[in-house]
Amino acid sequence: MTALYVSLKLALWTTLLLVPTGLFVGRWLANTTIRGKPWIESLIMLPLVLPPTVVGYYLLVLFSPQSISGSFFTQILGHPLVFTFPGLVIASVIVNLPFAIQPIQIAFCNLPQELREAAWVSGLSPLKTWWHIELPLTWQGLLASTTLVFAHTLGEFGVVLMVGGNIEGSTRTISIAIYDSVQSFDMRTAGLYSLALLVFSILALAMVRSNSQLPGGARKAEYRTMKLMDH
Amino acid sequence: MPHPDSLEVQIQQRNPVFIDVTLHCEPGELLALVGPSGSGKSTVLRSIAGLNRPEHAVIRCNGELWEDPQSGVHLTTQQRKAGMVFQEYALFPHKSALDNVMLATPGQSRKVRLQKALAILERTNMQGLEKRMPSTLSGGQKQRVAIARALAREPRVLLLDEPFSAVDQQTRRKLYRELAALRQSLELPIVLVTHDLTEVQLLADSLCLMHHGSSFQQGPVATIINTPGSREVARLVGHQNLFTATIMANEQEHTVYRIGELTGVRGPILPGARVGAQVCLLIAPSAIQIESVSVSTHKKIIEIKNDNLLRLSGTVYESVILGDELSIRLHLEHIPKSLRFKIALHTAVENDIKQGGRINVTVQAKGIHVMASQ
Repeated sequence: MTALYVSLKLALWTTLLLVPTGLFVGRWLANTTIRGKPWIESLIMLPLVLPPTVVGYYLLVLFSPQSISGSFFTQILGHPLVFTFPGLVIASVIVNLPFAIQPIQIAFCNLPQELREAAWVSGLSPLKTWWHIELPLTWQGLLASTTLVFAHTLGEFGVVLMVGGNIEGSTRTISIAIYDSVQSFDMRTAGLYSLALLVFSILALAMVRSNSQLPGGARKAEYRTMKLMDH
Repeated sequence: MPHPDSLEVQIQQRNPVFIDVTLHCEPGELLALVGPSGSGKSTVLRSIAGLNRPEHAVIRCNGELWEDPQSGVHLTTQQRKAGMVFQEYALFPHKSALDNVMLATPGQSRKVRLQKALAILERTNMQGLEKRMPSTLSGGQKQRVAIARALAREPRVLLLDEPFSAVDQQTRRKLYRELAALRQSLELPIVLVTHDLTEVQLLADSLCLMHHGSSFQQGPVATIINTPGSREVARLVGHQNLFTATIMANEQEHTVYRIGELTGVRGPILPGARVGAQVCLLIAPSAIQIESVSVSTHKKIIEIKNDNLLRLSGTVYESVILGDELSIRLHLEHIPKSLRFKIALHTAVENDIKQGGRINVTVQAKGIHVMASQ
């Protein structure tokens, strides 16, 4: 069960770090008309098309104490990043960038600019507009981003193996444990872990899909107004 | 001297679209900003609201400077207190009608804001529908909520961006009446962007015409429609009977013009125009009357009968029934241009007017308007 704990811890950290980043970058990308936008988007999407081993290789090079960035991290942390849990979190954050940013960017792209302008004309500050208008109308994207990042981190294999190695209790995640169990013909453990991942993935995807078909919390708002008028 | 609470706008910009507009609107006045699609009407409205920042603009409203590059003034949209109704209303889809209005209602206490919002919704005939979500409202109801939301801010100016374009004809007529009634109690400048001249005639006090980003003429609606200042303005307000004419003589009470080969046409005097100058004559369709059906003859049938009546003859080139009227396009003799007008269908039947037939029409002198050619 240690592997499951490591995986859950990794997924939680990655989600906590990535979702706010996704919210910021996704919203910015949806609204910006900056020249190099396709290049920035391509960079973010890269982990989707590159083999995990290639991403893992470059991260290994980047984290290596011989490289400039690696020696910088070593100085800060007091130890190299490779084969450590913090290194694993950084790798996981990079690999999951498209899963965090894309759904949020799409949600903000679908938000009509007129609604934002109507809020400004109504006297709402940019922060109030974000809170009262943008967030409630893009929460499905935010939820999709959170679920996808969490689920994908739980199942991540290639990059985790390359950057984290396979250290029991520290970097040995559930997917690596499945691989190890199969290698040592422990099919029962492999089956148990696989079933756990399968059930979780189905639940996560179903949650995203069912929420994308909801009418944006409309019934809740109607209920709120009813209560307000009753007072 | 403009009223201290009026709206004064001067906008000049080259990019992204050319705009050169000057307009003013008094409190209680409804100014219609009219022009074809892409003429820059909405850009002007958005600039007043602060949603666009033009290269050069001076905007003053209610005695307060909103935009002035010389003194470095630029108020944000939130600071301007402009109520705006968007073309598709832009209601917040996740909030009820009441929440939409409450969000724009100023005030610290929730109770006060609630009372204010309910009162405004009642004013726009939305009582009983406060709890409804925008998706369950009809086009007309959505517009009422949008107007209520715009008024909730206690604005200094009300900006309406083609607010009737998203509703059907029947609802539109009802909403015209409601807006006309509502504005009687509003002592603030109202700017309505539209390209519908019927709407303008029904609702607006004054009219500012825009074309290719420039404002042409501003004034009372009837004045601009009946006596446009130039051929361009006449075209923009939908006049078709525009004839280039040459001044033959300036007499004491009228000027004598030549249109094509037709000489001796008496019309109003254009101040400052000299003999030989080219002008544009507008013949109002309402001043045209069928005189009689003439038999085919080679004699010159276009003549001036008396000072107040111009007789023209021609061949009916096109006749189309539009409801209980017949729309006629008459190919005039001696003038290389058609005359368009409508007559009652029963008059057409009585006079046996049909395509290819020749008819005589008379034009009352007061139905002729003269303006600069360009």
